[in-house]
Amino acid sequence: MERKISIEQTLCRGCNLCVEMCPKKVFEDGEEISPEGFKLKKVANPTKCTGCKLCELFCPGAINLKIEEKETPSYSPRLRLGRGGPPEARLARGGWRETKNPLTPGKYFWQGNKAVVEAALACGCRFFAGYPITPANEILEEMAKRMKVVDGVMVQAEDEIAAISMILGASWAGLKAITATSGPGFALMQENLSLADMTETPCVVVDVQRAGPSTGQPTRPGAMDMREVRYGSHGAIQRIVLYPESVQELYDLTIKAFNLSERFRTPVILLSDAYLAHLSESVEIKEKIDAFDRIYIPGEPPFGPTPDFSTPSMPRFGDGEFLSITGSTHDKLGARSTADSGIQEELISHLQNKIIKQKEELVDCEELFLNDAKIVVVAFGTVGRSAKWAVREARKRGKKVGFLRPRIVYPFPADKIKELSGKVRKFVVPEMNQGQMFYVVREKISREVVSLPQPNGQIIDPRRILKYLLGEGW
Amino acid sequence: MNIHELRKLYLKQEKTTFCPGCGYEIFINCLLKAVEEMKKKLDDFNFVEGIGCSGWVASNYFKADNFHTTHGRPVAFATGVKLANPKLNVIVIGGDGDTASIGGNHLIHAARKNIPIAVFCLNNFLYGMTGGQAGPTTPINSKTSTTTEGNADIPFDLVKLVLGAGAKYVNRYPTAYPHLLVKGIKNMLSADGFRFMEIISQCPRQYGQRNQMRWASKMLLWQKEHFISKEKVRSLNDETLKDKIIFGEFQSLKEYLELLREG
Repeated sequence: MERKISIEQTLCRGCNLCVEMCPKKVFEDGEEISPEGFKLKKVANPTKCTGCKLCELFCPGAINLKIEEKETPSYSPRLRLGRGGPPEARLARGGWRETKNPLTPGKYFWQGNKAVVEAALACGCRFFAGYPITPANEILEEMAKRMKVVDGVMVQAEDEIAAISMILGASWAGLKAITATSGPGFALMQENLSLADMTETPCVVVDVQRAGPSTGQPTRPGAMDMREVRYGSHGAIQRIVLYPESVQELYDLTIKAFNLSERFRTPVILLSDAYLAHLSESVEIKEKIDAFDRIYIPGEPPFGPTPDFSTPSMPRFGDGEFLSITGSTHDKLGARSTADSGIQEELISHLQNKIIKQKEELVDCEELFLNDAKIVVVAFGTVGRSAKWAVREARKRGKKVGFLRPRIVYPFPADKIKELSGKVRKFVVPEMNQGQMFYVVREKISREVVSLPQPNGQIIDPRRILKYLLGEGW
Repeated sequence: MNIHELRKLYLKQEKTTFCPGCGYEIFINCLLKAVEEMKKKLDDFNFVEGIGCSGWVASNYFKADNFHTTHGRPVAFATGVKLANPKLNVIVIGGDGDTASIGGNHLIHAARKNIPIAVFCLNNFLYGMTGGQAGPTTPINSKTSTTTEGNADIPFDLVKLVLGAGAKYVNRYPTAYPHLLVKGIKNMLSADGFRFMEIISQCPRQYGQRNQMRWASKMLLWQKEHFISKEKVRSLNDETLKDKIIFGEFQSLKEYLELLREG
């Protein structure tokens, strides 16, 4: 056997491990000093080497130990230096597709939570992770039954932090993933939601709101997370948040949530509440569904910034792209850069603009009597049901009132409100909290905005809103 | 191929940012060697890491798919990846704070559920990246930046913890024995179900400096004094076994407790 030992000086860190750990004292201190200020090592007694290979295992790559053995290895090391992965990973995939609804078209009588489950499965979601919490339990239970049927994965996680971690992992493994929780659990998810923002990971989080703060009244509805969904995470990048008002809308908006999440590669939050979750209503199921799957173009950079703020291509684990996903500031290939202010700014700008540039498309409002309205009731989700009735009744009594209900809460339809503020005298915001969206509406316009808060864990009585509109006070 | 060539082939940059003498370099070398000896490629594995020095091992240097997640959650992320695509070979690399402190809950539940992932815990006894604060595995009486007069808490025995949670394959090796480490990693990667490996590593910069072991080699000699292989344990009497930590491969809690003479 012939042994050749050399030390690549640029890689030597002067850690002294080779000198001290070599049983035969092959290495010694050299004369040169490393940039860290340590003495670089040299090979002093190469003939003493027994070939135990300890030194190279201790060394950070500087020792180049060549032992020529008589027998050559029986295999040739398969070296993959470029892109690899399975053959199907060399084809682009994703985009819009029309898919058949697995259920027979027609009318179904469903609870709100059940509608979320069926909608998720219909648009191709095959991964659910969750932790029991009232009032989102039925989603967890129903998923446990239904995922078995469709050959998907349902995990009951050890806590909400694990639940969101798992769906982000599953999303990068190539599946559409969803989790469901309520206020306290949603707070636990905030850290990893900001990771999802940063790593541009598509996923849907259903937040079935209940009356808080803290444990509050678990079985009672509230709209307590209206600002947390947007501003809860550190960094607070643009989010897409939807809030339906009926079980039918819950079904439709769940599908929409998945499509937006896949298109923009961002977490989408679907708000619901204890009332909507347990309300049973009829749901009309259509035969076909338009579903969007994340786009993958082989070889394209997997992260932003993109030149036109478009959504980057999304590979999955095992595609052979040497994916490097990190929550630290990174460039478009995912290489970490934690000190470069330029890269940080570009990345944040990309994450914001990816959504803001499409904001016209992200306006989805229900409007009533806005043409001649002097007072406009702006309501979100469940409260919209009460407010709509009150507005209709007030109209019958000659009041010039209008009604606006954004289905997509964030990005907030600021342009719509600004346009209205030209002709409207007053905006009224009834809410099942202590006044959260009131501030969002108020910061966009200079008109009078009135908050009608009701944080008592009850649905707002339509008659209470009507009384206010008729001038009797709140 | 020797380690020098393997590192040139599989690492994104030849020179890492680890401190001189860091045990994580030894882990990288041993992992590359184990992968080579198994006749596999590094990118046959998918890495999930947490935060801290251990999070930099794969995410900064490995030419393979990797997911650098939040602090303490890599096991949960890996669970998601593995269950979503069971064909993937998922490896978690975490530190002791990552897997045993903030992420302790995920660790024991993944062990209980026998999720088929390999968890490597690089245990350097403290939080190295943030400046050397005491962690869940800091030995009693050792000095860290938050326990300047010596740590008063009893550290976790991670092998006992994970075996207690129901894992079927757990091993522990110190970096002072790199050839055994290679063997351990190979066995880890070829075993089934949930696997846990505690790698006793050295941190000369944060731990050694405060505990009269400024040089990495001193820490390795300390390891050689205090760690004893499972094969040698049986020949020792109770008195000499007192301060020793056992390393090797363990299949059940009963076996481990018997070796500790607590059974």
